[in-house]
Amino acid sequence: MAGMPILSLVTFLPLVGVLIILFINDDSEIARRNIRMVALLTTAFTFVISLLIWVGFDTSNPGFQFVEKVDWLDSGISYHMGVDGISMLFVILTTFLMPLSILASWEAVQKRVKAYMIAFLVLETLMVGVFCALDIVLFYVFFEGGLIPMFIIIGVWGGKRRVYASFKFFLYTLLGSVLMLLAIMAMYWNAGTTSIPDLLAHDFPVGMQNWLWLAFFASFAVKMPMWPVHTWLPDAHVEAPTAGSVILAAILLKLGGYGLIRFSLSMFPVASAHYADFVFTLSVIAIMYTSLVALMQEDIKKLIAYSSVAHMGYVTMGIFAANHQGLDGAIFQMLSHGLVSGALFLCVGVVYDRMHTREINAYGGLVNIMPRYAVAFMIFTMANVGLPGTSGFVGEFLTLMGIFQVSTWFALFATTGVILSAAYALWLYRRVIFGVLEKENLKAMLDLSVREKVILYPLIALTIFFGVYPAPVFDVTAASVNALLSDYSAAIDAARAAADVAMAVN
Amino acid sequence: MYHAIVFLPLVGFLIAGLFGNSIGAKASEYITSGIMLLVAALSWIAFATVAFSEEPVFTIHVLRWITTGTLDVNWALRIDTLTAVMLVVVNTVSALVHVYSIGYMHHDPNRPRFFAYLSLFTFAMLMLVTSDNLVQMFFGWEGVGLASYLLIGFWYKKPSANAAAMKAFIVNRIGDFGFALGIFGVFVLFGSVNLGTIFANAASFLPAEGAHGAAEAATADGGTVLTFLGYHLDKAHALTIVCLLLFMGAMGKSAQFLLHTWLPDAMEGPTPVSALIHAATMVTAGVFMVARMSPLFELSPTALTVVTTVGAITAFFAATVGLVQNDIKRVIAYSTCSQLGYMFVALGVGAYGAGIFHLFTHAFFKALLFLGAGSVIHAVSDEQDMRKMGGLRKHIPMTYWMMVVGTLALTGVGLPGTLIGTAGFFSKDAIIESSFVAHNPASGFAFGLLVIAALFTSFYSWRLIFMTFHGKPRASADVMHHVHESPPVMLIPLFVLAAGALFAGLLFHESFIGHAAEGAHHEGWYNEFWRAALVAGPDNHILADMHSVPLFVKLSPFIVMVLGLVIAWYMYIRSPQAPKALAAQHEGLYKFLLNKWYFDELYDFLFVKPVMRLGTFLWKWGDGWLIDGFGPDGIAMRVRQVTTRVVKLQTGYLYHYAFAMLIGVAALVTWMMLGGSV
Repeated sequence: MAGMPILSLVTFLPLVGVLIILFINDDSEIARRNIRMVALLTTAFTFVISLLIWVGFDTSNPGFQFVEKVDWLDSGISYHMGVDGISMLFVILTTFLMPLSILASWEAVQKRVKAYMIAFLVLETLMVGVFCALDIVLFYVFFEGGLIPMFIIIGVWGGKRRVYASFKFFLYTLLGSVLMLLAIMAMYWNAGTTSIPDLLAHDFPVGMQNWLWLAFFASFAVKMPMWPVHTWLPDAHVEAPTAGSVILAAILLKLGGYGLIRFSLSMFPVASAHYADFVFTLSVIAIMYTSLVALMQEDIKKLIAYSSVAHMGYVTMGIFAANHQGLDGAIFQMLSHGLVSGALFLCVGVVYDRMHTREINAYGGLVNIMPRYAVAFMIFTMANVGLPGTSGFVGEFLTLMGIFQVSTWFALFATTGVILSAAYALWLYRRVIFGVLEKENLKAMLDLSVREKVILYPLIALTIFFGVYPAPVFDVTAASVNALLSDYSAAIDAARAAADVAMAVN
Repeated sequence: MYHAIVFLPLVGFLIAGLFGNSIGAKASEYITSGIMLLVAALSWIAFATVAFSEEPVFTIHVLRWITTGTLDVNWALRIDTLTAVMLVVVNTVSALVHVYSIGYMHHDPNRPRFFAYLSLFTFAMLMLVTSDNLVQMFFGWEGVGLASYLLIGFWYKKPSANAAAMKAFIVNRIGDFGFALGIFGVFVLFGSVNLGTIFANAASFLPAEGAHGAAEAATADGGTVLTFLGYHLDKAHALTIVCLLLFMGAMGKSAQFLLHTWLPDAMEGPTPVSALIHAATMVTAGVFMVARMSPLFELSPTALTVVTTVGAITAFFAATVGLVQNDIKRVIAYSTCSQLGYMFVALGVGAYGAGIFHLFTHAFFKALLFLGAGSVIHAVSDEQDMRKMGGLRKHIPMTYWMMVVGTLALTGVGLPGTLIGTAGFFSKDAIIESSFVAHNPASGFAFGLLVIAALFTSFYSWRLIFMTFHGKPRASADVMHHVHESPPVMLIPLFVLAAGALFAGLLFHESFIGHAAEGAHHEGWYNEFWRAALVAGPDNHILADMHSVPLFVKLSPFIVMVLGLVIAWYMYIRSPQAPKALAAQHEGLYKFLLNKWYFDELYDFLFVKPVMRLGTFLWKWGDGWLIDGFGPDGIAMRVRQVTTRVVKLQTGYLYHYAFAMLIGVAALVTWMMLGGSV
C-alpha cells in the first residue's frame, strides 16, 4: 500500500463514476436506475477505499502523511496532496456521507438524474480535494470549485426561490474569494512558495499577518457561516434538495472551519491571538442570536439551518480559544455536526418526500403512524441539543470548556446556547412529532422504508458510538493538534518577546 | 457485581426498547422488572459489604471517554458509602415501581415503551450516583432529564403532557447551564474533573491557619486562580463561585425555589413515574451532588449559607402552596419540593449525613404516598381532583392504611426523646435540630421556616387523607360503583415501602447520623458509616452538637405536627364548611397560594414572551431588514438597476462567478510563472 497514491485515488475515483455515467442516456427508467446504481457504487467504493487511509494512518505522526507531490506547470506550484490528524477525518466524513446522499436522492430526484449524479460526484472530488490539498493554489481551486456543483444543485433541483438563494450565495462568496486570492498572492510574494507545509513553517511579519488573516477570514467566515454573513445559509438550505442540504451542512460548512484551523490559526498565529476577541464576539452573537431566530421559525429546514449557524459558533469559538479542549472540541464538533445535521436534514427529507411541505404547522402527531421515524428524529434532536452520550455533547462541552479558560464572559454567554437549543429543538419536535394525529392528509403516511432505514440507522449508531467512545477521533487528532498548539504558543511568545524588546528599545 | 448493578438496567432498556413490540408487552414487563428485582437485591448486598466494612473508596474503570490535553475523563464507577446508599434507594424504589406498573399500566397499549423508559431512567440515575468524575455525573444528570422528559410526555396525545415535558427539560437546562460552568470552573481550579483528584487537592484551598501555613497563605490569599466575569478571584472566592454554579444545577434538578416550576407540571406523567422520578430518585440528585461535593462546599461558608437559605425558602414556599391544592398528585408534588428544601438546609448547615438520611427515608414514604395516590386514582377511574373524592376509606382499605402510614412517616410521627417513631421522625427532626445548632448565618432563619413548614406539612398531608378517604363520597354514583381495591401486584410494593417508611429511621439513624465515638474518630471521616464519603471540616461539629439541643427544639416539630393534624381534622371532618369560609375571607391570599404565587405567569411575562418576541425581532428585523436589506438584497437591487433585467442563473451569475475565478487563477499562475522566470 505504501506506494499507492491513495489520496489521489480517493479524490478522483468519483470522476471514474462520472465517466461511466456520461455513457448512459437517461431516457428510460432502467437507464436512470443504472445511473443511480453507478453513482451509489462509486461513492460506496470510494468510502471503502478511504477507510484504508484511516487504517494506515500513523496517529503518532503530527505531520502530513500519504504525501504525493508532482510538479505542475513548472512554476513552483505543484500537485501536492497529504493529510494530517486535522484533515484526515474530514475526508472520511465526506466519503461516508456521499453514498447516503445518493440514496437519499434515489426517489426524490426524477428530473435530469444524469446531470444530478454527475454534479454530486464532481462535488465529492472537489471536497475531498480541499481536505487533501497541500498546495495553496490547489486548495483554492478545489475550495472555490466545489461551490460550482453546489450552485448547480440548488439552482436546478432546488425549490421555488432557488434563483434568489443561489444569487445570495454568489454575492457573499464572491467577496471572500477575491480577498482570499489576493492574500494567497501576497503570501507567495512574501514566502516564495505555495506549498502549505512550507507556508506553515514560514513566519509572516506581524503587520502582514493581520491583513492576511482578515482576507482569509472574510472567505472562511462566509463559508462557516458566521454572523452576520450567515443569511445565505437558511435560504440555500430551504431551496436545496435534501441531499444538497445534507452535503451543504455536513461538509461544505466544514471547509470554513478547516480553513480557519489550517490557515488562519496555524499560519497567522499572532494575528489570530490579536483578533480572538473579535471572533469570540461574533461567535457568541451567532450562538445566541441564531438560536433565538431558530426558535421562531415556521419552516423545519430553516430552523435546522439556523441551528447549524449556532453550532458553528461553538466551532469558531473553540478554534480561537487555541487550547486543547477548544481545538479538539472544535474539530469534534465539526465531525459530529456533520453526522447530526446531515441526519436531521435527511429526517426532514423523509417527511418532505411524503408531503412536499416543510411547514411545521402542516405536521403534528407523526409519532402515531411513524414510530420508527419518531425515534430516529428524537435521537438526532437530542444530539443536536448536545445531550451527553451523543456525539453532539462532546464537541459542545469541550469548546465551552476551552473558551471558559480564556474568558468567562464569553463562556457565560455561549453556554446560554445550551438552554436555547433545548428550547427550539424540543419545541420543533413537539409540534411535528407529538400530539394527536388530526390532519387528514397525514394519515396515509408510511413509516421509514428500507432505504430510509439504511440511511438513518448507521447515522444513529455513529452518533451514539462517538458520544460514548470518542477516543478514535481524539487519537487521530491528538498529535497534530499538539504540534499546532505548541507552534502557536511559541509564535505568540516570540511575538511578545519581540514586542518587549521593541518597548525596551524605545 | 457493580457492573451488573449499573448495566443490567441498560440491558433491560435495550431489550424492551428494541424488541418490545416483537416479544410482547408481558415479556417486556417481566424482563425489565425481573432485572430490576435482581439489581435491587444486588444493591442491598453491595450496601452491606461497602457500608459495614473497612474497605476504602475504590473505583472501577470501565472505558475511556474524553481525552484531550490535560483533560482525562473516563467512564468509571466510584464505590463508597454514599454510592451504596444511593444504589439501594434507586434500585429498591425502581424495582418496586416496575412491579407496581405492571398493574397500574395494564390498560396502556404502549407498555414496552413505558418499561423501556423506566429502565433507561434507572440506568442514567445509576451512572449519576456511581460517577467518578463530574462529566459522567453530567451524563447521568442529563440522562435522567431525558428519561424524565420522555416519561412526563409519555401520553404524547395530551398537549398538557407535552408542554410539561418540554418545560421540565428546559428549566432543568437552566440549572445545567450553571452546572456546566461549574464543571469548567473546577477544571480551571483543579486541572481535573475527576473526583479523586479534586478531593485530594481541596485541602489546599483551606484558608491557611496561623504561622504554620504562612507561606501558603501568601499564595492562597494573594494569587488569582480564576478570573470570573472580570473579577480576579483568590482561591476562597473562586471556590465559592464554583460551588454556587454547581448548586445552580442542583437547584434545577431538585426543583428548588425559582427553578421549581417544572416539578408540579411534571405530574402530567403516569403516577408510577411521579413516584420514581419526581419523588424518590431524580429530584434528589441535586442533594446527592451537593453531598458528593461536600469536600468543596465545606470550604465555602458563603456557598453553604446560600444552600441553607434557598433550601429553607423552598421548604416554606412549597408547603404554603401545598396547603390549598386540590389535585391529589400536586399536593404530594409540592410536598416533595418542600422536603427537598429540608434536605438542602441539612446540607447547608453541614449536616450532610442528615440530608442524605432524609433523602433515604423520604424515598420510601414519598414513593409510598405517590403509589398510594396512584392506587386511589386507579380506583376512581383516573380522577385526580380531591374535591371529587371522599369516603373512599371503606372501599379501598388497604390503600387507605398504606397512605396513612406514608402520612405518619412524612409528618414525622414519633415520641420525642425515645426511639419510637416513623422514618420521618428521625430524619426530619434531625434536620430541624441541626439547623438550630448550626453556626451558619442563615441557620436561625432556616430553623424558623422549617418549623412552620412542618406545621403546614402536617396540615396538608392530613387534609389529603381526610378529603380523599373520609367524609361523604363526592364522586358520581357511577364512579363510586366502580371503585375497587388494586390488585396484589400493586399492593405488595406498597407494603414493602410502608415497612421502609415505618422502620428505616429506627434501623439506620445510628449509622447515618450517629456521632463517632471518642477515640474511634478517624481523621477526615464524617463518621464510621460514611467514612470519607462525606467530609466535614475541622470546625464542623454538627453531628455531635445536634444531639444536645434544648428541649423546646426537640419538642417543636412534634407540637406543630400535632397542631397541623388537629387543624386539618377540624377543617375537614369536624366542620367541613370552615375551609370555604376561610378562603372567602382571605380571598387574595387564597388565590395567591392556589396560583402557586403566580410564578408561571411571572416567568411567562418576564422570560418566555420576551424571548419569543426577541426571536421574531432578530429574525424579521435583524436578518431580514438589516443584514439582507443592506447586504445581498441591497446590492442585488443595485445590480438589477444596472443590468435592468434579472439574468438567469445558469447563464448568468454562475457563469460570471466561474469566469471570475478562472481569470483569477489564470492571472495568478501567469504572474507566478513570469515572476519565477525573472
